[in-house]
Amino acid sequence: MIWRFLARRTVALLATLLVASVVIYGGLFLAPGDPATLLVGGGKPPNPQLLAEIHRQYHLDDPFYAQYWRWLTGMLHGDAGQSLSYHDQVSHLITARIGTTALLIGYATVLIVLFGVSAGVVAGLRGGRTATAVTAATTTLMAVPTFVSAVLLIWLFAVRLNWLPAYGNGTGLADQLTHLTLPAIALAVSWLAYVAQVTRSAVDGEQRAEHVQTARSRGIPERLVVRKHILRNASGPILSVAGVAVAGLIAGCSVVEQTFGLNGVGALLIQSAAKQDLAVVQALALLTVVAFAVVNTLVDLATAALDHRVPVGGAA
Amino acid sequence: MTTATVPLLEFDSLRVTLPLGGTQRTVIHRVDLALAAGSAVGLVGESGSGKSLTARSVLGLLPEGARIEGDVRFDGASVPAMRQAELRTLRSRHAAMVFQDPRTHINPLRTVGDFLTEALVSVRREPRAQAEAKVVALLREVHVADAERRMRQRPSELSGGLLQRVMIASALAVEPRLLLADEPTTALDVTTQAEVMAIIDEARENRGLTLLFITHDLALAAAVCDRIAVMYAGHLVEELPARRLVGDAAHRYTRALLASRPDPTVPDARLRAVDGRPLSAFEAGPGCPFAPRCAAAQELCHRERPEPRAVADGRAACHFPHAVDPQAVDLDAVDPHAADTERTAR
Repeated sequence: MIWRFLARRTVALLATLLVASVVIYGGLFLAPGDPATLLVGGGKPPNPQLLAEIHRQYHLDDPFYAQYWRWLTGMLHGDAGQSLSYHDQVSHLITARIGTTALLIGYATVLIVLFGVSAGVVAGLRGGRTATAVTAATTTLMAVPTFVSAVLLIWLFAVRLNWLPAYGNGTGLADQLTHLTLPAIALAVSWLAYVAQVTRSAVDGEQRAEHVQTARSRGIPERLVVRKHILRNASGPILSVAGVAVAGLIAGCSVVEQTFGLNGVGALLIQSAAKQDLAVVQALALLTVVAFAVVNTLVDLATAALDHRVPVGGAA
Repeated sequence: MTTATVPLLEFDSLRVTLPLGGTQRTVIHRVDLALAAGSAVGLVGESGSGKSLTARSVLGLLPEGARIEGDVRFDGASVPAMRQAELRTLRSRHAAMVFQDPRTHINPLRTVGDFLTEALVSVRREPRAQAEAKVVALLREVHVADAERRMRQRPSELSGGLLQRVMIASALAVEPRLLLADEPTTALDVTTQAEVMAIIDEARENRGLTLLFITHDLALAAAVCDRIAVMYAGHLVEELPARRLVGDAAHRYTRALLASRPDPTVPDARLRAVDGRPLSAFEAGPGCPFAPRCAAAQELCHRERPEPRAVADGRAACHFPHAVDPQAVDLDAVDPHAADTERTAR
């Protein structure tokens, strides 16, 4: 059962990636502008002969399917092509930066789970004013875009209080984590608020559930009622939304890395897009899709494990 | 039957108010009822009459913000005065409740075995293996075939009737003295209903349990209980021995309920309903709550609330109780307002 589910999800994942790769490659193929002008550089009108030479060298005049096929087979061999602006292997550019991004996303995930879920649980269990306060705070936080919270955090903690660095990666794990604290908070904050709200409503719903009343009527101590009935049953929706949040972090890290001057793949994406560095953008876009799909598959798997009523492989 | 000793369960002028829509509203006006150890009492009433809340008050399970006047005593001890620890002891050792809908009242994510052994293992600290052996034996006692396999299944894999047996087994597992059954068969289909009722009756007999059976089904209550208590709009209006219900009901509401039962022996008979709309407890005026629907109501009934008074070997809260006539078997002949409550069935 579980292997069939895994097999089906893997096939679905591959199909998703194939479609995504066509869309990504096709989208950028259709994008206006000539990457060859980038290589020539300068403000003067480019030499047509030179442009033609570049086009020939980088196969820019080949039909779409030929270019796509060359790119795809390259990707499958771990060769994401050459970056035009960095004059380096795309795979090399990515591996040098992926660690920072992974650490940032991991840090933000921990913040979300630790503070988002616990705020939601406390609000759900206590209800009343606590719930009102948490709902008001999280609604506000959800409305703040990442770039605004990033600027506010830098202003308060780096400029006014001078507690945390606002720029750069740092060296060594402890220093890296210190440097990543503000970016991780900026990245996590609106997702954290969202997870807190979903958690609150899931816990609140379970708390009123009739089976919880049954447990209380049998004299089960309240802490066990909370753990084995309320939290246990609320964990499904909490996990689903936490998964969506992590996937959202992957997409959101570009802005944060750029704002805080972090040398990660998110910032790389923005910089290469600005420079029309197609090979890098294509590889990163595909990487984002992979990460998204893998996270979602893992969450589905965990949800099915938590709640036997979720049909295994139902929504592949 | 001697009632000289302390009754196992006693409601003493119980009155309950709940905060609804900003004000404290009365949901139970007055319940006086005593259950001798080993007896079975059917608490009958329409939805909203307060019968379920009355049962919940026994376990201290009233909604948040509920205010209680009067008293509920279990074995002489006041339940509203109990602290959390005492309440837990009461719930986990002395009194158990079977709820109406087992589908929603059993945690859907955990196994049947978890549900059955939970109270034994986590509250009474019995070793898991011992608790499991005990509940498997109990499942067999309530006629669940293949008990070991059922223990590993989830609620969604069991039928409603089977699940209600699981619920009954879980109530019996703590070896309570009092069983509160809150409409245990209402969510089940008719054939399953009879089986489940038979199981409750059998368990009561075998174990000498005291039963408070909440239902809206007067006939069912009369079949399994010694005494019947009828509630209307938060008032306990009548209480009498079950075997005298049909002949000797004194309260006009009880009689109207009896008259509204369909008679399957008469084909094409018209269904009778009690005229008017059932009253919520908080809507009750100063007089008798049933007065607006009662054909025999007089001016006094609208003005003054009747106190419960002894009528034959029961009690009724009625200013003008129906005169007990041992000769009268045909309800239609004695019911003063049977004629004008007739309605067409279709």
